[in-house]
Amino acid sequence: MLSVTDINVYYGAIHALKGISFHVEEGEIVSLIGANGAGKTTAMHTVSGLLRSRTGDITFMGESIAKTEPHKIVRMGLAQVPEGRRVFASMTVEENLEMGAFIRSGKDKAGMDEDLEMVYTRFPRLKERRRQQAGTLSGGEQQMLAIGRALMSRPKMLLLDEPSMGLSPILVQEIFDCIQEVKKGGTTVLLVEQNAKMALSISDRAYVLETGTNFLEGAAADLLDNEQVRRAYLGA
Amino acid sequence: MDFITQLLNGLGLGSIYALIALGYSMVYGIVQLINFAHGDIIMVGGYALYVMLVIAGMPLWLAVLAPIVVCGLAGVLIERLAYQRLLTHNAERISLLITALGVSIFLQNLFMLLFKSDAKTMPPMFGSGVFELGGLSVTYSTLINIVVSVVMMIGLQMLVNRTKIGKAMQATSEDAGAAKLMGINTNKIIIITFAVGSILAAVGAVLYCNTYPQIKPTMGNLLGLKAFVAAVLGGIGSIPGAMLGGYLLGVLEQLTKAYITTEVTDAVVFAILIVVLLVRPAGLMGKNRKEKV
Repeated sequence: MLSVTDINVYYGAIHALKGISFHVEEGEIVSLIGANGAGKTTAMHTVSGLLRSRTGDITFMGESIAKTEPHKIVRMGLAQVPEGRRVFASMTVEENLEMGAFIRSGKDKAGMDEDLEMVYTRFPRLKERRRQQAGTLSGGEQQMLAIGRALMSRPKMLLLDEPSMGLSPILVQEIFDCIQEVKKGGTTVLLVEQNAKMALSISDRAYVLETGTNFLEGAAADLLDNEQVRRAYLGA
Repeated sequence: MDFITQLLNGLGLGSIYALIALGYSMVYGIVQLINFAHGDIIMVGGYALYVMLVIAGMPLWLAVLAPIVVCGLAGVLIERLAYQRLLTHNAERISLLITALGVSIFLQNLFMLLFKSDAKTMPPMFGSGVFELGGLSVTYSTLINIVVSVVMMIGLQMLVNRTKIGKAMQATSEDAGAAKLMGINTNKIIIITFAVGSILAAVGAVLYCNTYPQIKPTMGNLLGLKAFVAAVLGGIGSIPGAMLGGYLLGVLEQLTKAYITTEVTDAVVFAILIVVLLVRPAGLMGKNRKEKV
């Protein structure tokens, strides 16, 4: 469904991704794990079109998106929940969700209400706070909002960048339960995480990145048992 | 009564500042650029009006449309030709600023070449009479300025808060990267913002020419600078702030002229700017933006 081949991304003179490749099949949850600076977020931004690769190709549903503008990539069905949530702080919860549905026609009022209800059912706390400014929400609520906002575009594939960052263990569990529900709902998931243990526990497959290169890849269950992974990323 | 008259005169002048200040504020809100060429857009509007009204002899209703169209196009053209490449390549803020100054100098010299550097007089347009009530006496043009600016302000608020494009403008202003991830074409939003800001300046230009019937290629300098002061005073990036700053500046300027002396007007205006920035660096209605990482 998504195939990333040999991408090289630079920030000015810094060579951030040095020929990374990975692919995600329909219906999977795939994780990119690795330490700070491994290039996980850079890879996400390149897939969404916010950054450009100098080499290689990225295809989504068989079409190359390596040179496609970010807003068009969203229209093709690829939504991202960015690192640090990046909700629109001065807008209300509901306005944020409406922004998530930006690519859909404003005339589809019924579909919009239905999707709002879908998000509110999944995250009842957002419904209670629908008229509240997003900037006043707690970190966990903002993460829920960021996920809900991305789902409003009815994506075929969801990219999640560090959804567990800065959250308490209970909230992390809640967010990961939600990711699994999203998968059950038929949306493919690409997950970037520093919390490798949690990520591997819900993933089908995973890639371990190290300083901008592919280090290891395999079935998530195998990686959980891999001695190198355990020592470097699982603290065991 | 005299005080109320002066207050209304100040609001009339402030209406023009406010309309121009909105353009500075909106553009700053979206791309964090102080568009120093914005003041010259008013000059372009003034000449567009002059060409239609005096040289081509068009009827007034048709002539006033010319600055709207010409300024809107000029704003878009400036963004496309001068700023867009810098913006898409994340150029340094200072490069943008210098480019804006360059565009300003270019426009002034272009119009000196086209129309010579001496001032041109505009014919009387509308509202030349005086409205009198009790001891109150204000020109109709002052009242027109106030009414038009309020109508434009309401229109702009509706555009920004009620329409999908307006919401997309807010989102882009807050976090352009996140806006792109919502499927918003932020390039398009930037162009629309320049167009809307320039059209508001065009309306300001028509009102200015009607109130102070003289134009010259360098007229945008002080007018633009004062409108910029108004935008900063109100809190740059804030639409109600730009309006408030504009009215406040006009009133203060008029009261200084009436009750102190005309000579110190500009000194008072800029002194106020300095004081406000010392006390409230974000301006009267500005938010203290969190630095984005």
